[in-house]
Amino acid sequence: MSSDNVLLEVKNLKKYFPVRKGILKRVVAQVKAVDDVDLYIKERETFGLVGESGCGKTTIGRTILRLIEPTAGKVLFRSKRLAGSSEQYREVDVVVASPKVMKALRRDMQIVFQDPYSSLNPRMTVGSIVGEPLLVHGVARGSEREDRVRQLLGAVGLKPDHTKRYPHEFSGGQRQRIGIARALALEPQLIVADEPISALDVSIQAQVLNLLEDLQDEFGLTYLFIAHNLSVVKHISDRVAVMYLGRIVELARTEELFDNPKHPYTEALMSAVPVPDPDYSAERIILEGDVPSPVNPPSGCYFHPRCRYAREVCKTETPVYRHLGGEHFVTCHLADSLNLRPVRKG
Amino acid sequence: MAPLIEVRDLKTYFYTDDGVVRAVDGVDFTIEPEKTLGVVGESGCGKSVTALSIMGLVQMPPGKIEAGEILYHRNGNVTELTNLNPKGKEYRSIRGNEIAMIFQEPMTSLNPVYTIGNQIMEAIILHQKVGKKEARERAVTMLEAVGIPLPRQRIDEYPHQLSGGMRQRAMIAMALSCNPSLLIADEPTTALDVTIEAQVLKLMHDLRGEFKTAMMLITHDLGVIASMADDVVVMYLGKIVEGSTVGNVFHNTKHPYTQGLMNSIPSLATKRDRLVPIEGVVPDPFEIPAGCGFEPRCPQSMGICKRETPPLKEVVPGHRAACWLYE
Repeated sequence: MSSDNVLLEVKNLKKYFPVRKGILKRVVAQVKAVDDVDLYIKERETFGLVGESGCGKTTIGRTILRLIEPTAGKVLFRSKRLAGSSEQYREVDVVVASPKVMKALRRDMQIVFQDPYSSLNPRMTVGSIVGEPLLVHGVARGSEREDRVRQLLGAVGLKPDHTKRYPHEFSGGQRQRIGIARALALEPQLIVADEPISALDVSIQAQVLNLLEDLQDEFGLTYLFIAHNLSVVKHISDRVAVMYLGRIVELARTEELFDNPKHPYTEALMSAVPVPDPDYSAERIILEGDVPSPVNPPSGCYFHPRCRYAREVCKTETPVYRHLGGEHFVTCHLADSLNLRPVRKG
Repeated sequence: MAPLIEVRDLKTYFYTDDGVVRAVDGVDFTIEPEKTLGVVGESGCGKSVTALSIMGLVQMPPGKIEAGEILYHRNGNVTELTNLNPKGKEYRSIRGNEIAMIFQEPMTSLNPVYTIGNQIMEAIILHQKVGKKEARERAVTMLEAVGIPLPRQRIDEYPHQLSGGMRQRAMIAMALSCNPSLLIADEPTTALDVTIEAQVLKLMHDLRGEFKTAMMLITHDLGVIASMADDVVVMYLGKIVEGSTVGNVFHNTKHPYTQGLMNSIPSLATKRDRLVPIEGVVPDPFEIPAGCGFEPRCPQSMGICKRETPPLKEVVPGHRAACWLYE
């Protein structure tokens, strides 16, 4: 791993949520929403995080931003803004950052939420929604702030004179653009995009995806792109991590992951996606059963009850997250011996 | 073979305080026995209202079936469904019995205070005139058929005790319990995770053969349509803009809207550097453009498109499109 252009490094990140029961609210179990995750995100890349509901992908995004306090681990962020005059960047551990440092870091790390209906305050005008970060951080005020808001609205493809309108006057796609403008207001380095298009209509999704790509080029942004839709993640990401029950089961460059999957879950996930071509007749790998409850995960490899290649060792021993070479990581005992099916080209 | 359902020039309007919403505005299609018709479109295009019109479940008022016919062929007879009282005896004997429906979100369409067994048995007892004991046996058989493990145990569980995929299976069991000739599935897998979606789609595929049920599959997901449908209609602003076999619609796409949809989705199987979105947004239902509804967003718009609505007609044999490009 070349360390020179890494923006964010996550080390042994864990987030456990206690399960309480009874009148004494005693902790009877832990939900391991994020269970020992390691990853790094490079400057100006789009890092895709994919998995089914409950796999912990949203929790990772929010823990990185410290919107949720992690149970353990490190989130090392290389901030240009906090750098001294003699250094290129300063590496800060977000997890232990003081409130003052944290506030400064918030300018570097922003989030775009899934639901553009509930993530915008219906009583605020678009101008005050997009301008609020500028006010909070004392970046611009008065007419300077108004100009900046207009400029931001223009950058995301809205009309600059929309500042006086309220969110309900906009369609879903336009609202998502407002959310993106708000995230851009403080010129962040990293944007966590948590399912940014899954609430939108099909014909609007492509508009927002293209916008995100354009903004990345224009402002040199780095994205952590969280989604359940594998096709979308493949389209937009440079590297992809696949999660299952709180763990990364596989991580690789996008092409590598889809052409040469090493984890049986990745293979099954790719094969399960319905392909928009009636002649595409590759036999689907249908996984049996549901994702197990994270309160009571299976022994050994969490995936073994649904894995068609599972052997004895998978039931008893937990596989470690290991480096296969290049930028390919996998959590599977059998990765070296399996010959898995890549995504079939149409 | 006679068709199962013929929908002719159906218009379902909603009279709201803000004006009239022409949710379904002159729709024509047929569903053949044992075949699957896929209905594609974005939110607000009228695909769900079309289904509810067939089911006799459009709330009136504010809704009203303004015009058109829904002809239901059974045992050599033809019943005009729009002439029946939606709350009358005959419609009730059809709804849930001969024409059944499953919805997108299984949690909200199952009653949380009854066991799934109770809910499946209710349909069987009502329509099949059998006793409780036999209804229970049939419910167990159905749960088994939809792949719910330990059906004798699960039958006494409440919806909240089942996972999303299992709930949708229970819904399918309920819908198929009276062996309907048509199953309407409105976004049946949209709320499910992709590996569970694959399970449910395979199940629906297998059951369709086993029960010899025709299906009307409503979805916005072109991938689901491609893997399930025999015929496809594409809807936009309450109208059908294109209709043919699934092969024709995907490989010889005629309408610019359908082409736009195909170009705007990323696919696992192909590599695209940049998506080509459809510009603009779906117009407000109260301000539907004069002429072709897609004209403001259409890259191939011409003068006539602004003035006159293109009729839906056969542009090549077996392939209908509503577009002035084919005049």
